[in-house]
Amino acid sequence: MAHKADEIAAQIIGALAAIAPASAPLSGNTKIARDLGLDSVAIMDFIMELEERFDILIPLDQIANVETIQDLSVTIEALMKDAA
Amino acid sequence: MPIFDKFSDIRDALGALAQTGQNPLSVRFDEILSPAEGVVENRRVLLFGTSNYLGLTFDPDCVEAGVQMLRKSGTGTTGSRIANGTYAGHAALEKQLAQFYGKRSAMVFSTGYQANLGLISALAGREDHLLIDADSHASIYDACRLSAAEIIRFRHNDAEDLAKRISRLKGRPGCRIIVTEGIYSMLGDAAPLREIAAVKRETGAYLIVDEAHSMGVLGNRGRGLCEAAGVEADVDFVAGTFSKSLGAVGGFAVSDLEGFDLLRVASRPYMFTASLPPSIIASVSAALHKISSDPALGRKVRDNGLRFYRGLARQGFELGPSPNPVVAIKMPDREMAVEFWKQLLKEGVYLNLALPPATPSSLALLRASVNAVHSDEHIDRAIAAITRVGQRLGMIAPQASAVNGAKIPLPAE
Repeated sequence: MAHKADEIAAQIIGALAAIAPASAPLSGNTKIARDLGLDSVAIMDFIMELEERFDILIPLDQIANVETIQDLSVTIEALMKDAA
Repeated sequence: MPIFDKFSDIRDALGALAQTGQNPLSVRFDEILSPAEGVVENRRVLLFGTSNYLGLTFDPDCVEAGVQMLRKSGTGTTGSRIANGTYAGHAALEKQLAQFYGKRSAMVFSTGYQANLGLISALAGREDHLLIDADSHASIYDACRLSAAEIIRFRHNDAEDLAKRISRLKGRPGCRIIVTEGIYSMLGDAAPLREIAAVKRETGAYLIVDEAHSMGVLGNRGRGLCEAAGVEADVDFVAGTFSKSLGAVGGFAVSDLEGFDLLRVASRPYMFTASLPPSIIASVSAALHKISSDPALGRKVRDNGLRFYRGLARQGFELGPSPNPVVAIKMPDREMAVEFWKQLLKEGVYLNLALPPATPSSLALLRASVNAVHSDEHIDRAIAAITRVGQRLGMIAPQASAVNGAKIPLPAE
């Protein structure tokens, strides 16, 4: 099943809505740590949920440079391509 | 200054803590009277948060060994293990550690943090995959950052989840290296090591176990969870520390694998730092001899852990899942945790305040650790003080203590 980055972003936003503050802005440009007030452990736990959702591995070393929801969806898209 | 702008969240959090009067991060012990008691702000306090599991910091033989070596060999080695920093004592302690674990070889590092940093970062190369427990200690996370390997996190203490993640690596080159801990420092729970060892065997992975909080505590011979779970043959590398059961500072790794000693010239945290002072090496060697020759020490700290855990459970506190010598009391939130910690210090009991992100699942915890030197009276006095504060803050019901001696279901040991 091919996912485009924007479809992936929509799924990430859906999943983030459950853990981010209700007032938090959620779009491709949202900075996951800074805008949503999530600490490093909360972000890693969230990444684990995404691994289940997309049935892939998201290595921690690859999310070091991820800042925004858009960055994350591009990373996941590439990982899904590799895993296919 | 702009260079500190990145710490604005930390600055705010520290400001909030400072407003509460006593900043738990800057508590100062004016005197340490014994492994069980110290002095904070002119008040005698019971020490229930020191990870000094066997209480050997004041053991006369360990102290004497250190003092004698201090006079004989001076205050420090002023050099790295691979330059001028290996004395006869360093080499002898490595031999003693290898014998203690029944393994071929041991390496001594300058801290426990560096043992994990040095072992894991050197073992895991570019194409390799590190599979670490989600609740791993910061030293393991930092080791991952220093290594060139791919880092995969598996669900805490979940061997099935580990197996699933390894299966997702199918077809990829490189070694699979599983990292787990004996007892986890925050909640005091132990790893399901038999199940994890089975996954290791089935997948051909390597297994590293950090026994920082379980050496001297678990196992009849004090070797830790690997011994207690009967899986020592499956564990490729054991890492540990001298700063808990051995009562000093430093770290180590042991292994049976041929080639292990190559890490001495590949592990940067081993090579590029000064070695431990000879006096520390001498006291650690004496402490290791104690563990090897006196199984009663380990039994005592386990019994004390059980007494403390059961006592708090009876009062209605919500605790970590297992009655080990690390006992975590769950707090409803950060503010309550800080207030509880402060009031408890005034009641004469010190334990550790543990706040997110240093804790799993964003929990606010009061983390206690018992040691082999605590008497029944110390433990009961600590439970009584914790109960008083818990009742005062409305965390437990005032009547709960009335069910004295009542049997309540407790997790198996």
